[in-house]
Amino acid sequence: MVSKNVKLMQGNEACVEGALAAGMKFFAGYPITPSTEIAELSAQKLPRVGGKFIQMEDEIAGMAATIGGALAGLKSMTATSGPGFSLKQENIGYAMLTEIPCVIVDVQRGGPSTGLPTAPSQSDVMQAKWGTHGDHPVIALTPSSIRETYDLTIQAFNFAEKYRTPVFLMLDEIIGHMREKIEIPDPSDIEIFDRVTPEENEKGSYKAYDNSLEVPKMAAFGEGFRFHVTGLMHDEFGFPKNDTKVTEVLMSRIMGKIDNNLDDIILYDEYYTEDMDLLILSYGGTARSVLSAVREAQRAGKKVGVFKAKTLWPFPEKRVKELSKTVNKIIVAEMNLGQYFYEVDRVAGKNCEVSLLGKANGEPITPTEVLNKIEEVL
Amino acid sequence: MAVASKLIENNFRMNRLPHIWCPGCGHGIIMRGIAEAIEKLGYDKQKVCIISGIGCSSRAPGYMDFNTLHTTHGRALAFATGVKLANPDLKVIVISGDGDATAIGGNHLIHAARRNIDITTIIFNNNIYGMTGGQYSPTTPHGELGTTAPYGNVDNVFDICRLAEGAGATYVARGTVYHAKQLEKNIENALENKGFSIVEGISICPTYYGRKNRKGDAAEMMMNLKDTTLDKKVAAKLPPEKVEGKLIIGEFVNKTYPEFCEEYHKVVDKFMKED
Ligand SMILES: Cc1ncc(C[n+]2csc(CCOP(=O)(O)OP(=O)(O)O)c2C)c(N)n1
Ligand code: SF4
Ligand SMILES: [Mg+2]
Repeated sequence: MVSKNVKLMQGNEACVEGALAAGMKFFAGYPITPSTEIAELSAQKLPRVGGKFIQMEDEIAGMAATIGGALAGLKSMTATSGPGFSLKQENIGYAMLTEIPCVIVDVQRGGPSTGLPTAPSQSDVMQAKWGTHGDHPVIALTPSSIRETYDLTIQAFNFAEKYRTPVFLMLDEIIGHMREKIEIPDPSDIEIFDRVTPEENEKGSYKAYDNSLEVPKMAAFGEGFRFHVTGLMHDEFGFPKNDTKVTEVLMSRIMGKIDNNLDDIILYDEYYTEDMDLLILSYGGTARSVLSAVREAQRAGKKVGVFKAKTLWPFPEKRVKELSKTVNKIIVAEMNLGQYFYEVDRVAGKNCEVSLLGKANGEPITPTEVLNKIEEVL
Repeated sequence: MAVASKLIENNFRMNRLPHIWCPGCGHGIIMRGIAEAIEKLGYDKQKVCIISGIGCSSRAPGYMDFNTLHTTHGRALAFATGVKLANPDLKVIVISGDGDATAIGGNHLIHAARRNIDITTIIFNNNIYGMTGGQYSPTTPHGELGTTAPYGNVDNVFDICRLAEGAGATYVARGTVYHAKQLEKNIENALENKGFSIVEGISICPTYYGRKNRKGDAAEMMMNLKDTTLDKKVAAKLPPEKVEGKLIIGEFVNKTYPEFCEEYHKVVDKFMKED
């Protein structure tokens, strides 16, 4: 007998189910293929749990309203694809500097520009890291199955709440639109993190940007704390300060809250990495082709391992460096013309030869292409 | 130090003053009008949220002792929409400049009005981009000078009140910093309207607009507001030739229409019960 919690589900749907399980109560967005189902399902499901959905006039407004919802105390999310991700960038930077927890889903499609609206790609990887101006902290997660989409959406909310920062969930069209069996975990088995809020007795002295804490407590508007929020550099109370010292302290804290917690934030899976000649590093939908090819290569007696990144940013530098010392060659497989590749080469290039299996024509990378690449480099 | 008035003590962050505005800037008069209106209506300051974009005008919330949010250029209304929908118990006020509200933020302005979401928007219209040093805005009159209109502005202006009315705002008024008491009354009525309200407050920027266009000092610019405007009710009784060329001030729209958050909550109530 099939258990009640086993379902056939699309990636975009698993994302919404995961978000609801994490406690999402607010969604603001603007429709765009291949992310639209996330907005549609949020519109359908949120009012049923007492939450709010709004379709804004554009993605800039979608990002702004998402931040507004979070400041009013609700767990908030928005979803988009490449062109909309570009539009959101200014307000994403605002959320990073003002430390507003929220989740931004980008179901990547072929670009640049309107590009290939219905075709998969992983070409927003660098935009997630560097899309908004200025130095800033980034957490970006990427799933490669439907169950992982569910789990990482919850994880994205948990990281957002724990570190008071926007978190990216980077899907690709393959994962967003693929249907697969998923066993939904029991709510009692899901760990949920809620933002730390100030105590009643902190009214009047509340510091929304208390530098003595790695992650300051977050009050919601309307609860009696009356604080100020600005995208200008600010002091501990949130008031603008045009001051080098204040800027240094603030910047080092918001970068530090991520950099000092890499072991908590960096998630990945490894396959056959104990004994290998060649490592393939991949992520998202592409990792599926890589795994299927590597299983076949293993059957043929080839010592090929896989590193599947689930946290794209911050980059899993420590582990990739370690692994690079155990192999002669690394292949980076991704649906773009070499974005993560540069990061891997930066970290591993001194220890081994790093090459790219990249593709950006709207087609997924196939297992055969991976096998051919293995042949070529081994 | 002079003792501050009760109004200032009750509504402003004393340790954030003095403000950054130039001597003679009109923006402070509108900011005071907002505080007067809030105080008169007796709102619980814990439940008042003031949101702005970027510009000289948008610096006002930083001085005001409420829940305050200084956002990105043009986007205040989009942030405010999120705050208001997430917590409809909050009294949400948006402060914006003519550039902030009608150029970069024009799209959000018309859509907030269309939704009739319960947000009171006060536009500090000084007919120029003050903060960036005097470039022409969508309300700089045709032919006037700006640093980016060195030979006279060839663009046309928005009539902010007619734009807001056309887009669906349920309260629309225009006042000036010369007519401070009347402006304050408009803000009060706007705050009491359940729906999207807009008050265009005509302000003055002596530093850039005034100097560039030889409008004289702040006092002369204030007198000019007196001479070039006409109250709507007064204008209605005058022959057309006496009204021509004057800027009409007063209340243009004050009507009742279903409000966005209330309509959304009807959906929540209905479907939460069904599940
Ligand atoms: C995205 C973006 N574009 C441009 C600017 C530069 N900028 C800051 S304020 C401003 C104009 C403000 O004019 P207005 O809204 O009329 O306010 P005022 O200063 O006149 O009160 C501009 C163009 C910015 N901060 N952000
Ligand atoms: S530049 Fe103009 S608008 Fe800005 S503070 Fe000075 S007078 Fe006011
Ligand atoms: Mg202006």
